[in-house]
Formats: sequence, C-alpha cells, structure tokens
Amino acid sequence: MPEQRLLTVKLGGSLVSRAGGRTEFKLEGRNIMEMLRHLGRDCPELEPMLGNAVSVAVDGQIYRDALLHPLNPDNEIILLPRMAGG
Amino acid sequence: MPLDAKTSNDKKAFKSVGTSPIRPDGIDKVTGRARFGADMSAPGMLVGRILRSPHAHAKIKSIDTSKAEALPGVKAVITSADLPKYKDADEDILINIMARDRALYDGHTVAAVAAIDAAVAKKALKLIKVDYEIMPHVTDVDLAMLPNAPLVHPGRYDGMAENEHLALALQEQGKAKSKRKSTNIVSRYDFGHGDVKKGFKQADVIVEHEFTTEATHQGYIEPHACLANVSSDGSGELWVCTQGHFMVRDVCAALLGMDVSSLRVTPSEIGGGFGGKTTVFIEPVALALSRKAGRPVKVVMSREEVFRATGPTASSSIKVRLGAKKDGRFVAAEAVLKYQGGAFPGSPVEMGAMTAFACYDLANVKIVGYDVVTNRPKQAAYRAPGAPMSAFAVEGCVGELAEKLGMDPIELRKKNAAVEGTKSSYGPTFGPIGLVETLDAAKKHKNYKAKLGKNQGRGVASGFWFNFGGNTCVNINLNVDGTLALAVGTPDIGGSRASMCLMAAEELGIPYDDVRAIVADTSSLGYNDVTDGSRVTFASGLATINAARDCAAKLCKRAAQIWDIPADAVKWENGAAHPAGANAGDFPPLSIKELAGQAHSTGGPIAGHYEVNADGAGPSFATHVVDVEVDPETGATKVLRYLVVQDAGKAVHRAYVEGQFQGGAVQGIGWVLNEEYIYGEDGRLQNAGFLDYRIPVCSDVPMIDTVIVEVPNPGHPYGVRGVGETSIVPPLAAVANAVSAAIGVRATTLPMSPPRILEALKSKSA
Repeated sequence: MPEQRLLTVKLGGSLVSRAGGRTEFKLEGRNIMEMLRHLGRDCPELEPMLGNAVSVAVDGQIYRDALLHPLNPDNEIILLPRMAGG
Repeated sequence: MPLDAKTSNDKKAFKSVGTSPIRPDGIDKVTGRARFGADMSAPGMLVGRILRSPHAHAKIKSIDTSKAEALPGVKAVITSADLPKYKDADEDILINIMARDRALYDGHTVAAVAAIDAAVAKKALKLIKVDYEIMPHVTDVDLAMLPNAPLVHPGRYDGMAENEHLALALQEQGKAKSKRKSTNIVSRYDFGHGDVKKGFKQADVIVEHEFTTEATHQGYIEPHACLANVSSDGSGELWVCTQGHFMVRDVCAALLGMDVSSLRVTPSEIGGGFGGKTTVFIEPVALALSRKAGRPVKVVMSREEVFRATGPTASSSIKVRLGAKKDGRFVAAEAVLKYQGGAFPGSPVEMGAMTAFACYDLANVKIVGYDVVTNRPKQAAYRAPGAPMSAFAVEGCVGELAEKLGMDPIELRKKNAAVEGTKSSYGPTFGPIGLVETLDAAKKHKNYKAKLGKNQGRGVASGFWFNFGGNTCVNINLNVDGTLALAVGTPDIGGSRASMCLMAAEELGIPYDDVRAIVADTSSLGYNDVTDGSRVTFASGLATINAARDCAAKLCKRAAQIWDIPADAVKWENGAAHPAGANAGDFPPLSIKELAGQAHSTGGPIAGHYEVNADGAGPSFATHVVDVEVDPETGATKVLRYLVVQDAGKAVHRAYVEGQFQGGAVQGIGWVLNEEYIYGEDGRLQNAGFLDYRIPVCSDVPMIDTVIVEVPNPGHPYGVRGVGETSIVPPLAAVANAVSAAIGVRATTLPMSPPRILEALKSKSA
C-alpha cells in the first residue's frame, strides 16, 4: 500500500510563538476543517486559536471561514492570523 | 468564480461597467432627504446619554445612581450591573461598552441614562456619583513595554504563552530581563523567510531607522447614532449608522442575551466609516436602556465622545533595517513593529507586519510584531488597518536607499518589485498582481517630470493591501415594468449601490437607470459580512452578477414556456430572451419588459438570488508620487502635486474608484502632516474636537491626480479587485519622503507638523 502523502502546513504570525517557535507541520486532511483538526491534535497549544482566529492561505489565495475547501499535498498551505479590514 | 472570457479577452466588451453614471444616493444626500443615524425617531422616544470616565485608569469603588433615578423624567439608568457577565471572546466588547470594576481609559463608559429630553438626561448624569480610586496609567507604546510600566490588566496574561514575549521583547531591545511575569504585551507575531543575518552580510548599503506614528481618527463626519426599541416581549428593533448591521445584530444579541431572530437591525445612510463603524459602542447600551425603560431610546454621540470613546487607529513605534547591493537589489530586510491598540488586545500590528515588505521580492526577510495594551480607547479598524504605519517606515528606508545608491526611486522599486510567483514576505505566493504596472504608469505621468523649485521635494511610495471576500447574499426582484429592485446586505460607504446597479445592468443588458439598489435589513436577507476589507464591490458584486444570471436563467425559462420550446434553447442577450440554435424555432425576442409585464399570468413573479462565502479576492498595489514645498520660516508644508496610481483589477464605476483613490490620499495627508491624539500627563485626551484635531479641508490639498491600472483579478468574473483601502497605505511614506527631500533631513516622526519640521531644520543646521 503506497505511503499517504501529507500536507505541508506552515505557520505565520502569533501561531509561531504559540507553537513554541515551530513553523511547519506535516498533517493529514482532505480539507481545511480536517487539517485544522489534525493540527490541534498535534499541537494542543494552537487549538484555542484554530476556531475562528485564523485565515488559511492555499496557493496564494487567503480563505476565511472556508472549512470545506479541499486540500492536497501539492498545495502551498500557510496559516495566518484572521484578517480584518476597514 | 473565474474571470469571464470576455473580460480577459476583450476589455471593450463592457457596456455599463467602466462608466461613471450619476450616483443613486446623490440627490437625497445633497437635498438633506437622506436619513442618517440621528434622523430616525419613534413615538414615545427617550434620549439616551452616557457618563464617561474622566480618568485614564481608575478603580470604580462604587456607583450611586439613586439620585439620578429619582429625578423626574428619568426612565432608566444602567451600569455594568444591568449587563450580563461573560468569560469568552465577547467579554472585551462588553467591558469596552460599559466599564466593570475599572475605568480603563479617559472616556470609558461607566453608566447611561434614558430620559424624556436631553436636558433631563444631562442633569441625571451629573447626579450619578462614581467613587473612583485613581490608578497609574500608560498611554505610550514604548513606555507600556518597559518592565516597570503600569499594567493595564494586572495578571490577565499570567501563565499564557504570550507572557514569554516580555522577556524576548526586552532582550531584543537590549534591556534587562524582567522578573515580573505580567506585561502589557499581549501577542507576538512572526513572519518572514530566508536568513536575514546572512543577507545583511551580503549588503553593500544598509539603511536603518526608528519611526513613530501617532494614533489618528478615521474622521468620519457623522457621529455614531442609533435608535433602539425593545418590546415587552423581548424582541427588538435597532436603526443604526454602521458598516455592518448583521454584525451589530449578532453582537448585540449575544451581549444582551437575546435570540438573534428577535432583533431586527436596519442600517441608516452612513456619513463615513473608513473602518471605524465595524464594531459596536452605543448600540448595546441603547438596547439595554430601551429594555429597562420599555420605550424607544435614541443615542447620538457628540464629536467629543467620538474622539474619546470610539476607536482611533493604533499608534506605533517601528524599527526597520534594509540592505541592498550596489546595483540596488535588496538582499535583506528586517522590521520590529510595536503597536498599541488601546486597553484591549487587537491592535492591527499583524496586518502591519504582513504588509510591511509585501511590495518586494525578498530572499531574506524577518518581521516581528508586538500587540501592546495601554490606557487608551480600544482601537478600531481604519482603512487598511496597520498597513500605513509600516509602509511609512519601510518606504522611508527604500527612499533613503535610492538616495544613497543614486538610483531613481521608481526604478529601485521596480528592480525589487513583487510579481506573479513571488513568495510574499508574509508567506503566500502571489498570483497575478499589478505593482510593476503602477510603477510604470507613475513614471510616465507628467507629475513625475515636473521641475522642482527651492524648498520643494518629491516623494514616492508604494503600498499593498490584501482585499477580502466573505459572506454575502443578494436578491434581485423583477418589477412589473421590467425594472429591477436589487437588495444587498452591505452598507454603502463608498458608492457600492451604484457599482451593484452597473453590474446587474451589465449582466441583464438593461439600462443602469432601470436598476435601483437598497441596503436591506437583517430580516430581509441572509447573513452578510461587514462592509470592510475592500470587499464589497468584489463580493457583493460577485453575488449580484450571479443573482442577475439566476434572474436571466428564469427569464429564459419563462420565455421557453411561452414559446413552448426547451429552456436550453433560449439565450439571454441585450435585455431580451432569444431562441438559440437551429431547432429552437423562429420567435421574435421577448424583452425583459415584455416578460415582466406578463410574469404574473405566466407562472408568477421572477427573482434572482445568490449567496456565497466569496473567495478569490485579488490583492492590490498602488504607487503614489507627491511634490511638497516646505516653508523654512514656519515649518508649514504645502502639497503641490499628488498622483495616485492603483491597480483596480477592473474599475466598475470609474468616478467612484477615482474618489476612493483621492480619499485615501487626502486622509493620508492629514495623518502625516497634522493629525494626532494628544494625551496629557494625566492620561486624558487633550484635543477631542475638530478645532484642535485638524483634518485636511479642500484648501489644504491640490486636485489629486489619478491613474487607474487594470490587471484583472482571476477570481472575479469582471476582474474586480478591492480599491477602498490600498490608497491610504502609501501616502504617509510618500509625503514623508517628499518632506525629507525638501528639508534635507530624514523625517521619522509623525505627524510632521510645523513645530517638528522646524525642530528638524534646527538640528540639521546645528
């Protein structure tokens, strides 16, 4: 059985210090919701922030509240602070 | 939703989009017929007034409201005891709208009254006795980070991961490590990639400066105002001046323990917002007063209250270091940003950190941001929150680097400009973007070739903003005469109704004047996010286009029924249904007016609808060029010429887009030259009015020249990007660079008011 490829998820902003300086995780997940669930399990310190305090950049496009957006291991995935404008 | 083929292949394919018709709200606004927040009234209405703390930081030992309550004409008095207590994300909002055990800033609400008229309400406020114990305060961001600073929230951040930031921050500042665990630093943000130390070793030239900016207010002309009416059955209505009435509904319902469905919120016309009306201040207070009094209550802020108790932007202290090779190629960039956002967490430092170097393609970049609390009002969003300050610092260093290298400042920026495929300084890789196009257009413009005289200087700066999408819901109802009623849920703060009408007209092939847009209340549409993030023309536009397409599909279906042919044998073109294909039959087109006229007798009303959490927003870049003249005798700066070049993706209403460009530039000119929150040693705001807080007026600025660049956003059918915020990102730096060139001293402190400029000139001559 071929080894499952994992998502490469990079962190930015306050998530880095929350994760003790760690900037990258290898995670399972078919969409943003599953990826965040796995991230919360791997790094419980981040768990409180993963509800509605983050945005997710996928291949350069920033998503807010798009938990069902599909992900694959070839995506560039970066967790950023949840952004707001004026 | 991808770019339409016609948009990408033929820019002239549009008929309505890209024109500048008369704005639908114009006549009402110039004749005084438009109803703003304070214009609403209701039978039996009471006047609400708010008692505010005169202290920057004080323990509230007790509040005695008995004499106020006994005053004839007073119908309700409330304090924090009348509001629920929370221990979750809403708690900061709740404490900000009504102080609990401590007043955290000058102007913090401590009590409110509802009375039969303003005179009685004012008298009642004077009868409320608050026993304060004054506590040490801090209002400056750098002072707030010191180990011995008065604490805004003693103990609140003990034991949290962020607590480590104090030690780290002090180490980075070269100060002694503190033994104290509590701190005013509430978050640290890290961005960047590469090896900055290695990068700086490769640099031939390094520029390094420390910059400070003061807090400024959005300066919207209409103060906050609302009318609340809570029934004895617990349901309520609220009319309010806001950028997001769905947000107001949800937040107020949560704070007051109401069901969302029992509160209906209707937005008024809005006299400016610029981000400052994306949260709540008086609305929950008015609802609580109405609930207690059993009558409608109107609350209207005075200008002084707007300054003291709403949300200005953050003040900042920023250090930037930038290294380049002799040929101008940047090899390393580093910044430390410290923003204070008032008495609660949430300064926009993370946005400042993310946007700081976003214009450039950098192999080695590091940005650290600190969110710091002080005894000031809780900051609110202000147009591209956090970005103008960091751009001021970074673009100042870029400008100085161009001088040191003897390079044209536009060519230096172009040499290092982010392009499609660049890994941004904040992480994601850019798609199609238009920074280089703005630089090229700026260099070609006549302003860039104008000759400068004595005491004059030219400044250039570029800027970036993300732009957002978000939750959006739109209805289009076809009227019996073939005109359209378009209902959107995003308050129109910058001309969005006109833009929506243009897009609906474009899709349905009908005249712009046949579409009328309204901003519908919270019970008439599905949820819409706040009007912020330059999202509305993109997201509401995208929903409008799809609602119009839904409407067109239904019109085609109706025509097919009338013609008795399959629905897919009908196409919509130029405002009419046409038979399509060889076997569809030969029928004369049915216009939208003909179909509307017989809709009720051929199957019923016709309407289009669309709801979406829109993604695909395209970031935008701008380049500004400004010429100034500084009077060395008085220190006064006159703006001679100002050029804004910005990528709009696709300008839907060209005049409105130009207006957004011009408005951002003018607000930026005020920020860089005059505006600042001035606090006394007692921590009280000293200039809470437009007499002492001077925003620019027409005579202060020249005509702002504009160039609209259109690099289509692939995430929108017409290529639209947001335009509302990017225009305020470069002005601070552009004007500062121009002033620096004119006086021969690098200007690093805002505002560059006449006394500061005279001081700089004095230090230069010394």
